[in-house]
This record gives sequence, structure tokens and C-alpha cells, in this order.
Amino acid sequence: MSDTAVRRRSPAAQRKRMRLILVVCGVIFLGAATALTLTALQSNVNLFFGPTEVVEGKVPAGATFRIGGLVEIGSCRIRGDGVTREFVVTDGANRVTVTYEGILPSLFRDGQGVVALGQLADAAGEFRAEEVLAKHDETYMPAEAVEAMKRAGTWQEGGGEPVAAAGAPSGANPCKG
Amino acid sequence: MHRFANPGQFMRVADKVLPWIVALCLPLIAAGLYFGLYASPPDFQQGETVRIMYIHVPTAFLAQGAYVVMALGSASFLIWKHPLGDLIARSAAPIGCVFCIICLVTGSLWGRPTWGTYWVWDARLTSMLILLFLYFGYLALANAFDDPARGDKPAAILALVGVVNIPLIKFSVYFFNTLHQKSTLAGDLFGAVFGEPEAAVQAENLPADLAAAAAQQGGDLPPEMLLPLMLMLAGFTLAFLALLILRLRGEFASVRLRSLRAGFRAEPRGA
Repeated sequence: MSDTAVRRRSPAAQRKRMRLILVVCGVIFLGAATALTLTALQSNVNLFFGPTEVVEGKVPAGATFRIGGLVEIGSCRIRGDGVTREFVVTDGANRVTVTYEGILPSLFRDGQGVVALGQLADAAGEFRAEEVLAKHDETYMPAEAVEAMKRAGTWQEGGGEPVAAAGAPSGANPCKG
Repeated sequence: MHRFANPGQFMRVADKVLPWIVALCLPLIAAGLYFGLYASPPDFQQGETVRIMYIHVPTAFLAQGAYVVMALGSASFLIWKHPLGDLIARSAAPIGCVFCIICLVTGSLWGRPTWGTYWVWDARLTSMLILLFLYFGYLALANAFDDPARGDKPAAILALVGVVNIPLIKFSVYFFNTLHQKSTLAGDLFGAVFGEPEAAVQAENLPADLAAAAAQQGGDLPPEMLLPLMLMLAGFTLAFLALLILRLRGEFASVRLRSLRAGFRAEPRGA
């Protein structure tokens, strides 16, 4: 049945069909090769490790790497020397203490995603950062709406969404300044 | 469908449509700029810098869209030998290339105040840079020969090879840990299909205060910010179509000119 259908096609139509199959297969195989390569290299393509991967020792010792996660609420403070900022990065399962000597990005706040570059300082698992970047999420909101929610006491720091009757204090971050 | 593969037929339709596209596109962009730069609120985190989004997102969309148009044109040229496919690919390439440059520059300027850096080698930014190099490569290859027709086929193959980069750009923020945010507009859909990368925050383990933050997965854009973004997206897409038709006219004319010249040369002299 299909043989007769192929035989009835003109040579030109057959060549077109062959080219179509060739192009479609080529793109599919190329896509598969790219997908396999990227899956194999996933840990190299990932920009940062999560706290769980760091705690589980998946990061080579002494390596300079990036750690990413959320700033634990209320964890940020300035140490006695007045320069070093200390805060905890968490993914919910594990926490890593990060220290940083420098000015934190303006988006840095409790509950914000951050990505820090540096090394693990010692056996205690403290991460000494050379660079701290703020990771902005996909939520946008008018500044006025947030001001109104703060006045009404329904604003929760760290969350993009109002939480009813949370009444969370949203004072200035002690790390800033 | 193959009827429109005739360049003459296609150009007759395109020339009729062009004034309508321009007439729609200009007020859309004007309204988008008015709402984007003036009549929309600053963001609660980013302040006024959020307005970069109204340029950055449409140009990113069209940098990728133009490449898809280029790849489809190249495929129709390779498979069915439609000359129009090659002309469309050649016309779309420089437009997409410019959108890609605008996207990378505005993104870089946006990254400095929000993230704290102009550039980071994460999967989204790097794959977008690869797209720019694909455009450069295509433009160089398509115009590398004295007889431009000889560049048609290699350039078309390059365009098709590079098309694997498009889903990579789109989904890089779901497959890998990146500094770049996930999609705000299609976040719910993609998040549901692809889930989260390995080291992402596990919401179920979070204490209550952080769970509220993680519950935001999927993104949110209030209507007063969505309006200028949509106006700009529609306006830029129509601008791309208008520029594409204008460039097609040029490509079409230059092909005819070349064949006329070749005809003269073939004719015996001193007749």
C-alpha cells in the first residue's frame, strides 16, 4: 500500500520528501545531543549550589563556588568589628552561615533570594563571601500597594503576598547602612 | 500555502498590509511608552528601574521570535527550495540581531541596580549571548560570497542548527539554577511542566515565615504593569513585521537586479 504510494510520487516530490525527513531528523538529533550534553554537565551549568548540597559535601573542598538560597528572616547582623555582615542562607532543609565584608546590594532583605561567591572558611562550615548578588524573583508589585499593606499591618517581609493579620514588623534591616 | 511561496504574489499582499501594520504599530508603542515610563507605578523592590522591563521583555521575545522566523524560512528554502524562505530568513536576521543587542544591553543595565552586577555567566544570559553570536555567524556566512546565492544554503543550515538554542534560552531558568528570574508571564505554565532545578528551595520544609515567600512561585504582574508590557509587546511585534516587509522589498529588488545583470552579461554583445 505505502509502496505504491511512494512509487506514484514524481522524483521531484520524492526528493522534497527526503529533504523534509532529513531536516526534521537533523534538528531532532541535534536537539537530543544538546539535551544530553547539558544534562551531563548540569552541575557545571548551574550557577550556584544550594545549602543542602554544601552541607552534604557535594562541593569540592577549598573550591571557590557560589551558594544560593533565601536569607533567613532575622538572621542578619553586623559583627563587633562593624564591617563584617553575617547572615544565614537557607533552602528550608539546611542552613549555611555567610559572612561578607562590604556593602550588600540594595535588594538584600529578609527572605530575599541571594547568590554569594566565596569559599567555605573552616570546618564549622562558615561561608566567606567575596561577592553577594540579590536574586530577584518573578513577582512585581506597585510600591504604593506595599506601603498601604504595611500601614494596614498585612505585609509580610520576604513574601510578595499579603498575609492576613500577620502584623510582621518591617523595620530597617540591621545589616544595611 | 505554497501559492504564497511565490515572492511576487507574497509581496503584492505584503505591500497592501504594510500601511495597516505601521498605522497600528505607532500608536501601540506610543501608548506603551506613555504607560511604561509615566503612568505606571514603581516596583516595591526595584523602584523606577522596573521600567526597563517594558523594553527588555519585548526585545527578548522578538530576538527569539525573529530567529524562529529565520529558521522556518531556512527550512522551507532547504526542503521545498522556496526562494521566498531564503529571502525572509535574510531579511529577519539583522532585525533579530538588533533586538538581541538591545535585550542584552538593557538586561545588563537592569542587572546592575537589581542584582548588583552587569553580567553573570548563568544559563539564561549565556544562551542569549550565544543567540547573538548565531546572528553574527548567520549574517557573516550569508554574505560571505561574491555571488550571494552561494551563501543561501550554508546560512540556512546554520540557522537550523542554531534553532536548538531557542528552547534552551526559554527553559534555561527552569532546568538550571540561574540568577535571572523565571518567566513572570508564563511562569505558572512552565513551572508546572518543568518543576524546579535541583538546588531550589523546598517549600514544604520551610518555616512558616519563609514559606510565604516561596509560595510566590509562578510570579505575579499587577494589571497596571501588565498593560504597558502588553502594549509594547504588540507594538514591537508589529514593528518587526513592518521592518521585515521593508527589508523583504530590498532583498527582492536586489535578487531581481542580479538576475537582470546576469541576463545582460549572457546576451551576445554588439547585437
